[in-house]
Amino acid sequence: MKRRLVTSSLALAVAVPLMAACTSNSPSSEGGGTDSPREMAVTSTNDACDVSAQKAPSGSLVFNVKNDGSKVTEFYLLAEDGLRIIGEVENIGPGLTRDLVVKAPPGDYFTACKPGMVGDGIRDAFTVTDSGEPAQATGKDAELVKAANEQYASYVKDQTEQLLAKTRKFVSLYEAGKDEQARALYADARVHWERIEPVAESFGDLDPKMDLREADLQEGQKWTGWHRIEKDLWPPKSGYQPMTDAQRTAIADQLLKDTKDLYQRTRTITFTADQIGNGAKGLLDEVATGKVTGEEEIWSHTDLWDFQANVDGARVAWEGLRPLLKKDNPELDRQIDRRFTALQDLLDAHRKGDGFVSYTELDKTQVRKLSDAVNALSEPLSKLTAAVTL
Amino acid sequence: MAPSTEHPGVSRRRFFGLAGAGAAVGAAAGFAGGLGTGRATADDPPTSSVPDGYPFHGTHQAGIVTPAQDRLHFAAFDVTTDSRDDLVALLRDWTAAAARMTAGQPVGDQPLPYDAPPSDTGEATGLPPSRLTLTFGFGPSLFRDADGRDRFGLAHRQPQALRRLPHFPADNLSSERSDGDLCVQACADDPQVAVHAIRNLARIAFGTAAIRWAQLGFGRTSSTSRSQQTPRNLFGFKDGTANLKAEDTSAVEKFIWVADGDDPRAEWMTGGSYLVARRINMVIETWDRSSLREQENIVGRDRAEGAPLSGGTEFTEPDFSLKGRGGTPLIPLDSHVRLAHPSQNHGVQMLRRGYNFTDGNDALGRLDAGLFFIVYVRDPDTQYVPVQNKLSRDDAMMEYLQHTGSALFAVPPGVRRGGYVGEPLFA
Repeated sequence: MKRRLVTSSLALAVAVPLMAACTSNSPSSEGGGTDSPREMAVTSTNDACDVSAQKAPSGSLVFNVKNDGSKVTEFYLLAEDGLRIIGEVENIGPGLTRDLVVKAPPGDYFTACKPGMVGDGIRDAFTVTDSGEPAQATGKDAELVKAANEQYASYVKDQTEQLLAKTRKFVSLYEAGKDEQARALYADARVHWERIEPVAESFGDLDPKMDLREADLQEGQKWTGWHRIEKDLWPPKSGYQPMTDAQRTAIADQLLKDTKDLYQRTRTITFTADQIGNGAKGLLDEVATGKVTGEEEIWSHTDLWDFQANVDGARVAWEGLRPLLKKDNPELDRQIDRRFTALQDLLDAHRKGDGFVSYTELDKTQVRKLSDAVNALSEPLSKLTAAVTL
Repeated sequence: MAPSTEHPGVSRRRFFGLAGAGAAVGAAAGFAGGLGTGRATADDPPTSSVPDGYPFHGTHQAGIVTPAQDRLHFAAFDVTTDSRDDLVALLRDWTAAAARMTAGQPVGDQPLPYDAPPSDTGEATGLPPSRLTLTFGFGPSLFRDADGRDRFGLAHRQPQALRRLPHFPADNLSSERSDGDLCVQACADDPQVAVHAIRNLARIAFGTAAIRWAQLGFGRTSSTSRSQQTPRNLFGFKDGTANLKAEDTSAVEKFIWVADGDDPRAEWMTGGSYLVARRINMVIETWDRSSLREQENIVGRDRAEGAPLSGGTEFTEPDFSLKGRGGTPLIPLDSHVRLAHPSQNHGVQMLRRGYNFTDGNDALGRLDAGLFFIVYVRDPDTQYVPVQNKLSRDDAMMEYLQHTGSALFAVPPGVRRGGYVGEPLFA
């Protein structure tokens, strides 16, 4: 089984251009003579769907799908009713190979290739025999996915509401020249942005207007948003021209307008399990690349607020998916749980008043420990999406 | 130790080469339509008599008396967990990954869903094993922390010899380049393969251990087998002429492997060895301005051939008593070869396995370069420490050297099939 996998991936790299139709990935010929292998080679052409075996033992199954046709293809494993999707791989370009990994309990199934991505596909019966291995069916928990979606969508709505309310207050303080109070509210308001950062970033037009750092600017690009105001509130000691009242009003109005826009767009937003799972991972990536290095809030040094907010958002996403994860991979769930706790304990050590110490107060060892804890959590969290969507 | 002909797995390149060959044949025969030539060959044993891989399992860990490969990536780790179970789990995972990578196979053997990050990072795909060896060690701090606290219930088994090395004269050590709870020495003939190995082991370790420091070496500075040419260090001289060689089997037993009864507290080290790592910066620019006369007198050998200044060829034994005009020894009293030679150190030998390194340049534009010195000994207290004290104090070469990193690790014996590295320590 192992060997065959390597063969197929290298066949992809080497053999495809020359002899695409010749390479067999058949595990029955190379997998050591097993009668019912758990790895099936699927060859999808424009008018055929050749599956190397019509039978497999229950458990984790792999379909190694190769598109030998000229159209973009898809491959499905369907339940007995021919409707419910157990697993699918989409968007397989001509010549490419992709694995579909599913868990299947004993029963009758259908395999289907869908060259050209239209119609019911080229179907064939497929049987999973009882291997004695317990297998929780893939894609069975529509109710749990729905619950996770609802929970996460309402979290996003709640956070954007709070973001709008606090941004409104923040920009009015800033416009009125009440810098001390504006500074005090800056990190607290941004927390709501940072908690749902991947969602906010998914609106490609809003994110650069609202959250671009000075270092991210292209030559000549207009700089607006949170970090533009941050620099004006915590200006560099020399060489900085403070904003005029008119400039302040313009930048504040723009931020408020964009925030309202974000608020509107998130009223009816919905999610899928993979979006939520990838969002959790994305938030930790944000921590690893921007916050733990102190690059996000280069003027205010309020990076630890953002750090905590990213972790909060990732935790909420994971918690929504936990019922799915616990069924599929309880060990991964426990590991994520332990590492969230360890990271939170470290963060809590840097709390001060209602918030956190300035990033500049952290010494190298403390930053290193935080970074290690972020890595420790990110690694299992990167496996969340596959675990809950498998 | 002769290179084994065991083939623990099919290499990345064998697949690559055979798939390519199959592809060519297939293309040529394509019109006939009767194909299938590209299949099944993967199970054939390699036909080449020169193996490009070493077995991971064995009595001793590979990467010690193994003929020194051309490239190094060495990493020291801090263990970040308090859990002994997590530590053992890491050693098991490392063992499994190491067995696969040294056989030229990717990390992880299960196909993963498209939505999962791949278990192997991929940059060694298509490359042969490149004689990759992975050698694991345990630092003193794994047993007791700086306050002497027993971290994992291992303190009572800490070897007597496994202590922080003493301060040697002129040491200028950086703590960021020194010590560590665990180490992995990755040696291969292809730097991409060595780096791939450390990268994947570091990835597996997240949450249990984190890299403390790491060092790349671009060229070996020692031969550990008579089958190898003596390479040159960055001073331009042959290095390691008098090194202990794998073929000197009785000396290997006497000077490298810890024997049964050596340390009653640490019977688990039987068949293991101690690894000393020293990052030695060379002051390249001033060395290059010194005359050949000075250079050869400092080394005690001629630069062209590596022959001792007392005469002969590279492998002629130096004659330290031979005097020239005015009665001064041909091999100066403060020369490196004299001070380091076994005959001047009660017959003590060591197995050096160092690498040249260059880490760019310093702020003044000088090469940040030197020798990443690795030595394997049965007992650091009687073999390494006295010699290094003498060299650091008296060696004329010290004018051009600065030791900037230091570490000592206990390298446990080899791994049996089904076991994991260091298992006897935790048993």
